[in-house]
Amino acid sequence: MLLIPCPVCNMARPEREFRYAGEAGLVRPHDPGAASDQDWTDYLFARANRKGVHEERWRHLHGCGRFLVVTRDTVNDRVLQSVPA
Amino acid sequence: MTQLFRTSAGGWIDRAAPLRFTFDGRPYVGCAGDTLASALLANGVHLTGRSFKHHRPRGIYSAGVEEPNALVEIDRGPGRRTPNLQATQVELYDGLAARSQNRWPSLRFDALAALGAAPGLTPPGFYYKTFMWPGFAWKRIYEPLIRRAAGLGRAPREPDPDRYANRYAHCDVLVVGSGPAGLSAALAASETGARVVLCEQDGLMGGALRDETRALVDGCAAVDFLKQALEVLRARDNVQVLARTTAFGVYADNLVALAERLGDHLAAPDPSAPRERLWQVRARRVVLAAGAIERPLVFPDNDRPGVMLADAARVYAKRFGVRAGSRALVAASHDSAWLAALELHAAGVDIALLIDTRDAVAPRLREAAARAGVDVQLGTRMRGARGRLRVRSARIEAPNGARDVPCDLVLAGGGWTPTLHLFAHVRGKLVWSDALGAFAPDNVREDLRCAGACNGALDLSGALAEGWREGASAAVFAGFPEPAERAFRVEDDWPCAGGAPAQEAPEGEAYVDIQNDVKASDYAIALREGFRSIEHVKRYTTSGLGADQGKTGNVNASALVGALSGRAAAQVGLTTYRQPYTPVTFGALAHMARGALFEPQRETPTHARALAAGATFEDAGQWKRARAFPRAGETEAQAAAREALAVRGAAGLFDASTLGKIEVAGPDALAFLQRMYVNDFSGLAVGRCRYALMLHETGFVMDDGIVARLAHDRFHVTTTSGGAASALHHMEDFRQTEFTQLRVWLTPVTEQWATLALQGPRARDILAPLVQGFDLSPAAMPHMSVREGALCGVPLRLMRASFSGELGFEINVPADNGAAAWDLLLEAGRPHGLAPYGLEALDVLRAEKGFVIVGQDTDGAQTPADLGMARMVGTRKGDFVGARSLRLPHLASAGRRQLVGLRPRGPAPGLEEGMQLVGASAPAPGTHAQGHVTTVRQSPTLARTIALGLLESGRMRIGETIHALTPDGALELDIVAPAFFDPEGTRLHG
Repeated sequence: MLLIPCPVCNMARPEREFRYAGEAGLVRPHDPGAASDQDWTDYLFARANRKGVHEERWRHLHGCGRFLVVTRDTVNDRVLQSVPA
Repeated sequence: MTQLFRTSAGGWIDRAAPLRFTFDGRPYVGCAGDTLASALLANGVHLTGRSFKHHRPRGIYSAGVEEPNALVEIDRGPGRRTPNLQATQVELYDGLAARSQNRWPSLRFDALAALGAAPGLTPPGFYYKTFMWPGFAWKRIYEPLIRRAAGLGRAPREPDPDRYANRYAHCDVLVVGSGPAGLSAALAASETGARVVLCEQDGLMGGALRDETRALVDGCAAVDFLKQALEVLRARDNVQVLARTTAFGVYADNLVALAERLGDHLAAPDPSAPRERLWQVRARRVVLAAGAIERPLVFPDNDRPGVMLADAARVYAKRFGVRAGSRALVAASHDSAWLAALELHAAGVDIALLIDTRDAVAPRLREAAARAGVDVQLGTRMRGARGRLRVRSARIEAPNGARDVPCDLVLAGGGWTPTLHLFAHVRGKLVWSDALGAFAPDNVREDLRCAGACNGALDLSGALAEGWREGASAAVFAGFPEPAERAFRVEDDWPCAGGAPAQEAPEGEAYVDIQNDVKASDYAIALREGFRSIEHVKRYTTSGLGADQGKTGNVNASALVGALSGRAAAQVGLTTYRQPYTPVTFGALAHMARGALFEPQRETPTHARALAAGATFEDAGQWKRARAFPRAGETEAQAAAREALAVRGAAGLFDASTLGKIEVAGPDALAFLQRMYVNDFSGLAVGRCRYALMLHETGFVMDDGIVARLAHDRFHVTTTSGGAASALHHMEDFRQTEFTQLRVWLTPVTEQWATLALQGPRARDILAPLVQGFDLSPAAMPHMSVREGALCGVPLRLMRASFSGELGFEINVPADNGAAAWDLLLEAGRPHGLAPYGLEALDVLRAEKGFVIVGQDTDGAQTPADLGMARMVGTRKGDFVGARSLRLPHLASAGRRQLVGLRPRGPAPGLEEGMQLVGASAPAPGTHAQGHVTTVRQSPTLARTIALGLLESGRMRIGETIHALTPDGALELDIVAPAFFDPEGTRLHG
């Protein structure tokens, strides 16, 4: 079970306090109405699913409630960084 | 004296404390300190079981957790029958009753042994090849047969009566294993104050030190060194020593799971104490001192009872004072087997011959053998073993020819395999070591380090030194001062050279994975059939798939696969070890989390009232919700029908407190809700509410509820009961990360308010006299409006809303006042015919109206238009979550499944939710399903069965018919509009 540092609570806390919220860094089209079908479905469904250093969102559900961007190496499951989203 | 093979002195057992036990019903006597295996051997019993697949007779093979054969069942009374225990790990207690497994009718004569006698019958992959056709036969014939023939123990059927404990712990250094390396690591790590946990899987601490009677450490006997070290550790406040505690899994960020066995070794465990305890230890650094496991030699019939690992026989002699046989042939390819031969000889076992596959060994070994008078033959290998239920002779091939050597014990010592299971759990990298003839850890991790034999240091001085070094470094890593250096002076350490793994696949029954009955020749078959990757070979042959995870066999398997396919073992690699290292009971894994403690139970404010009224309950997530309030003599269905009729005819009261409630406040609260719901709230006046739909960004309905405007900048929003947490999460996600410029705050208030739904034509008459602060008349408070005031002096947030189709109110009072409000309303409503109602009646009422339940009539793939709610979608308000997706071609296309009402012609007891809808009354296999049934209810008001469903282009097909597929054939249904009752909605405006 991961230990995730929460930059808001300023503590490393066990994974079960958090809720995973998918890949980070997705950009919602500024004007969704103007986005093409392709751009919009890419935003909805296309994910990098990176092997290695990966940025992902976690919410400190049973803590401060904040969404965080956590940098994790998916190869060795190490959390490298955690910042508020 | 029954224990004919017990030595007269020595070991860790107490000859003055005899313990009685039975094996397959026969009584025996062992000693305090014995394992079941050592006690059986002391009585000359080798044969302990039948093998998994071939039903071959098998005996005790090892002295530790690697034991592949001697699996027994221990029965301690109802619910306490444990199968598949290794006899080598079961500590003896007075009255122990063990049984052998996988044999019928008896251990000595097993009817299914014919499988083993006909070796061609069960080649690898035979399950895949043999039992293919006909299809029905698998479930009815093959599987039951195979399950009876294969498999090991029987699972107990009764509930587990024991208690299991759970403990979380943090430490600086966790040391796994209390052998020389672990012990010295714990000493070093704890010396300067670091918190150390030392765990040992056995009841007796010390690992290899327990059986070391030759070498001296710092001038004293190894055993005395062990005792002193343990005293030092136990005296330190910062050290916790855990015996009978197996570290069975390492997980991310050094979370290590330990299973501590507290009661199984006792004749009469304290019934109030836990049987086992699960530890979840978070360690700054783990020092893995898990030792090494001796490698078998691969030769025909190497699984016969009486064939044993060489060092295991040494352990039985040294630790338990047991001679594993009378006359042994020792087959070595490693120096350590020479020590076994010499020490067994000293313990009174006649050594028929000591052979070694090597052509040359260290002169010191030959001199020691010569001094003891043990005959030695080099360059000699095993070619077979004779004897079915017990070895009678060994066939050897010496440079000068082959011959048989009579013996009752064959001891095989093929070198040592570092125990790296835990290291591999967190994907530690293994590298091939020629010196070991096995894989060793790269040992470059910062948080988990290997020391001692598991790192390739097989000698005592090496293990002690490496343990100290790693213990000291762990303390420094955890932020403690470095302890002073300590050198251990070891005299007369035994050499540890040799140990090349198996290189050839002999013909015949030469087993590599003994537990799973995988023979050397099976690997050749797997390779011939195109499996090359060791992971594929493993799955095809089942090598390493047993409960022992190939502890003895895996390295030989990799080496053999390499040799057979022209690769080095290093290139073949090793299959992945997984948690748990050794089997763990379900009880320990579940620990306290069972029965009422399995999950928190959430109760509504009127829970006690519902209980007292004899309500039936339903578990909805963690909530306990009242299904119905049956009166004496009523069934639940009758009660629900009566309750529904009461709501239609007079009034009903329902506890809707489980509905999610979120208070949305802030200057931009409206703008935020405009983006989170499909509705356009711009015209929503203060004091009014609206039914609202929330979409995923994908355009599909995820939740529904009511948005009530309390003030210009404050809204009371309800969600579904089951969706409360995810709706808030969804809103928080967009608030925190997408619409960050909006000034809005979300406060979950689900548990702050009790919500009582008062529904029915008499609802206003009942409620109005109790309310202060505002007017409830239809003109002053129309349908879908909200007011704040007081209910008999208690703060009240009242919504006029209806999920029943009747005039209705949702009464929100502070949760602590919920039960009192319930009592008050029931009392006030009695003259009007008010009845409490439950979920069942609620579901009937809403189905009669065609109101959907998100999650029942939707499955996460419905747009608002699919549900007939396209008109709710705001078209002039700009973007909202899910808006763009509604224009995607597949969401906007014709032919999507739409919500419709479905009406059977008559009573339809066979109609069930989930049934498929098809066009034909006798559809051919493969007929396209046009939809499915989502709701079926008996309507007491309409006195008929009603249903809802999702059907392709359903709204255009109202007036047509469709067929639901039931097990009794197709059932014709009329397609109708979803609202079966009062479609104009006149009643809720009353």
